[in-house]
Amino acid sequence: MVGKRPGGDERMNRTSTLESALVHIMLVGAVLFALYPVLWVVALALSGTPSPEPSALPIPAEPTLEHFEAVTTASRTDADGQSIWLFGRQLLNSLIVASATAAVGVLVAIPAAYALARFEFAGKQVGVRSLLATQMFPAVASAIPLYLVLDAVGLLNSRTGLVLCYASTSVPFAIFQLRAAFESIPIDLEEAAMVDGATQFQAFVRVVLPVARPAIAVTTLFAFMSAYNEFILAATFLDDEAMFTLPVMLQRFIGEYDAQWEKFAAGAIIVSIPVMALFYYVQRHLVAGLASGGVKG
Amino acid sequence: MALRWCRRCLRVLWLAALVLLWVRPAAADDRIVLWHAYRGEEEAALSRALAKFAEAARARGEPVSISTLAIPYDAFSSKINAAVPLGDGPHLFIDSHERLGDYRKREVVAAVGDALEPGAFLPAALEAVTLDGQAFAVPLNLKSLALYVNTDLAAPPATFEEIVSASFGEGIYPLAYEAMNPYAHAPLLHAFGGRMVQDDDAFGMVGPKAEASVAFAKSLLDAGVVPSDADGALVTNLFRSGKAAFAMSGPWLASDLEGAVPYEVVPLPRLAQTGETLAPFLTVEAVMLSPKGAESVSARALARHLASFDVARRRQRDARIPSARLDVPATDALISAFAAQATTAIPMPTSAAMRSTWEPARRAMRKVLRGQVEPGPALEEAEHRFEDVRRPPPPPASPWPAALLSAFALLGALVWVRRARRAAHGPSIRQSMHAYRYLAHAVLAVGVLVILPLSVGAGTSLFAGPSTDMHYVGAGNFIEILTARGGPLLGTGSFYLVLLVTILWTVVNVAFHLGIGLAVGLLLSRPLLKMKAVYRVLLIIPWAVPNYVTALAWKGMFHRQFGAVTGVIHALNDLLGTSMEPISWFAQFSTAFTANVATNVWLGFPFMMVVTIGALTSVPKDVLEAAEVDGASRWQRLTKVTLPLIRPTLMPAVTLGAIWTFNMFNVVFLVSGGDPDGTTDILVSEAYRWAFTREAQYGYAAAYAVLIFVLLFFGTKVLDRWKARWSGSGRGETSE
Repeated sequence: MVGKRPGGDERMNRTSTLESALVHIMLVGAVLFALYPVLWVVALALSGTPSPEPSALPIPAEPTLEHFEAVTTASRTDADGQSIWLFGRQLLNSLIVASATAAVGVLVAIPAAYALARFEFAGKQVGVRSLLATQMFPAVASAIPLYLVLDAVGLLNSRTGLVLCYASTSVPFAIFQLRAAFESIPIDLEEAAMVDGATQFQAFVRVVLPVARPAIAVTTLFAFMSAYNEFILAATFLDDEAMFTLPVMLQRFIGEYDAQWEKFAAGAIIVSIPVMALFYYVQRHLVAGLASGGVKG
Repeated sequence: MALRWCRRCLRVLWLAALVLLWVRPAAADDRIVLWHAYRGEEEAALSRALAKFAEAARARGEPVSISTLAIPYDAFSSKINAAVPLGDGPHLFIDSHERLGDYRKREVVAAVGDALEPGAFLPAALEAVTLDGQAFAVPLNLKSLALYVNTDLAAPPATFEEIVSASFGEGIYPLAYEAMNPYAHAPLLHAFGGRMVQDDDAFGMVGPKAEASVAFAKSLLDAGVVPSDADGALVTNLFRSGKAAFAMSGPWLASDLEGAVPYEVVPLPRLAQTGETLAPFLTVEAVMLSPKGAESVSARALARHLASFDVARRRQRDARIPSARLDVPATDALISAFAAQATTAIPMPTSAAMRSTWEPARRAMRKVLRGQVEPGPALEEAEHRFEDVRRPPPPPASPWPAALLSAFALLGALVWVRRARRAAHGPSIRQSMHAYRYLAHAVLAVGVLVILPLSVGAGTSLFAGPSTDMHYVGAGNFIEILTARGGPLLGTGSFYLVLLVTILWTVVNVAFHLGIGLAVGLLLSRPLLKMKAVYRVLLIIPWAVPNYVTALAWKGMFHRQFGAVTGVIHALNDLLGTSMEPISWFAQFSTAFTANVATNVWLGFPFMMVVTIGALTSVPKDVLEAAEVDGASRWQRLTKVTLPLIRPTLMPAVTLGAIWTFNMFNVVFLVSGGDPDGTTDILVSEAYRWAFTREAQYGYAAAYAVLIFVLLFFGTKVLDRWKARWSGSGRGETSE
């Protein structure tokens, strides 16, 4: 992003300073809009008592870390006297389920997306339309049938069952993403490799995949995120606290009759940290990938 | 290098698979499984009782292993109803007695037999868990509302009117209770001689007595005796901070009061104008046995143990909720007050009709207390809604027409496929084989775990009736939905009105997403911008935080009394010297809809921003430079070059965004929850209500889902047509 300043003319310089100030003001406004509710969650998580008066600024009342402590140290002693650090287990469950979902979902989607981007075959139109159609059917209707399917194969209350559900629901969107990415890669690259004696599959693996890495990284992130944040299926399928994922744990804090908002907020922040870290990482990756010029052609 | 990268991926996958298989729990069938919804002190008391039971069993030489699961109260019954009929789920569970009627109909509870100790329990509690002469649960505790008195400000009143007429100075409410919640209104309703549900399961909260009780509640709000828009948290807050002299609440309030204000608890007083006592509903918390639990000797023994004298006494002492046993004495004033209240309270009916009264009653209460409708019409509308939910399922239909129709459709498809192949339309199956090799596993995964459940779900739309006994009704559900169940076609909650709201919701949201996303994306793509990465990371945050968290955060910000938006209004008033009133965001359609839109725009714009940035990187610089050389103004370059160039990339994202928004359940459900009066509900949240809160009418909900699908399917087809026309005319400009 190193550019030469379009300098020289005094007047032009001034307008561009004014303009960039304006751009920054607009962006700062957008950032404030984006951060305000999040800061409220942070303030709530740090508050010792619920604040009695409404205020415009998210400042915690009687700041304390007790809620974070209470959420992260949750544990359980089994009947046989073994102590389980529930929070640690649940964090691990969430990470395992989300990573496995991302890996399985994207690996399943990559070849399919490539086929849709490069080949003509019977049933292609129908396939694309039904992929889009899966996104249209509200999930409310499929939770109970899914429960029956998982029960039939004995995968209820297991991480494997969750991963299977999440991974397959993430496949259609991943295919859309990757298909667009593959389509934007010029076909000459593969043809050149095939002239050099590679099979189409080798060309796909050696030439196309590396170029599509940024898109694959972003798709992986989406799959990870959707699995990491899901709680309706997880709450329905899991029967053991040590198997819960973090969102299911969070749900316990907000019952209809007495909500522990401060703990919920503290938990929500902890839950969000891994996703935000990943976002940060992937978006640098994305920038780097796009800057390398491979995609533009 | 790429191969290595690919291999690394595969290795990670194998590792993940291994970990998953390895960590799977060993199935243990000799455990007793117990589900409950306890937290904190109550949960600790329960695990002590369980440990004691296990210890005693070990001492006898018959060791048992017990595993427990705490489930959030809101999710409890749906989880029970999903798991138990399949033979999964717990042997025992602890729940409120009023769900017994429903549980029994679904066969998830069985008679408790010898788990019930004869002669040990309060008659009212025993009556509450008895259906058709058999006990279906073992009573544990009694829960009801009672009157909390702040002893610094007031003394226990003899009549309710004493509370109403007292004055405690600036900023102090005489009474805090959840006036809009029918459960909290029930004591007043009963004092006026009204009922929530009649003996024949008809809606009870209608007629002159109920109207008088609601009008009385309204007068309390109008006079400033009771805070408006009060939820449980506000009641706690006001009483805790000494801003309410009395509070009508349950035993759960006590745990939030420790040391905050001096208080005592007394039974609810008499209402002088009718001479009747305010009688709250009594809920009996009880141990229930699933059919598999009822067969197990040790599960029954455990149920008996949990209700035994020793355990009950300890639980009462630790959790401070009165026991349902006759022989456990009340040890402190709080417990004896709630125990005394329990003797005059009315056990909540267990019928399914009772559960269906809450939603219509709550909506009617809100409308009246907000001054939008008079009590009479509001309660009549509530009765109509109740009957809507309780209406009998459509009559069974013959499956032959549908079977014939699908046979014809299949035949038609076959003929079409053959003709298409003969016309050599596209490549043949043989030529497609190599592509199928890339696709097989995706087809398998999506087919089995996405399309199959969705098809089964869609199939349920042809059935109706209770989930244990569904019958085929053909298009019956669809006909009912499309004729608005015989009501006015544009009445509240009718399919067409909800559809209009959903379309408005989608259009407004997508417009904002696209507008803000494009604007910010364009700004962030300026080559000379500094701190680009910082801005991008900060602006992506709304997308990275789980959306149920932020939806709840926004709901909190729109709270009339404590919300940040009210804080901003106060701050603006101070700053500008104006006198803007805080807004009750969820009292009107326009403001409630705005609140939902604000939340969803906030959640959704980063996606469009990222898509825009991505699309902009592929705009060739030389084209822009050429346009600049040709003397195009900046605006012209944007509208004539940049936007047409990124449109093909943006369009799929817009389509997908529109589909997601159309089905955006979380925001609508969590922020406005359909308020006011269900007008901000969209089709998905309406489907959800039919499936989970209105007597679990899955078939009806599935019919909604199918209609949503059909609408989106044809909607996107129309969009595609437009898109094709646009890009057809735009192609000339965009080609390089």
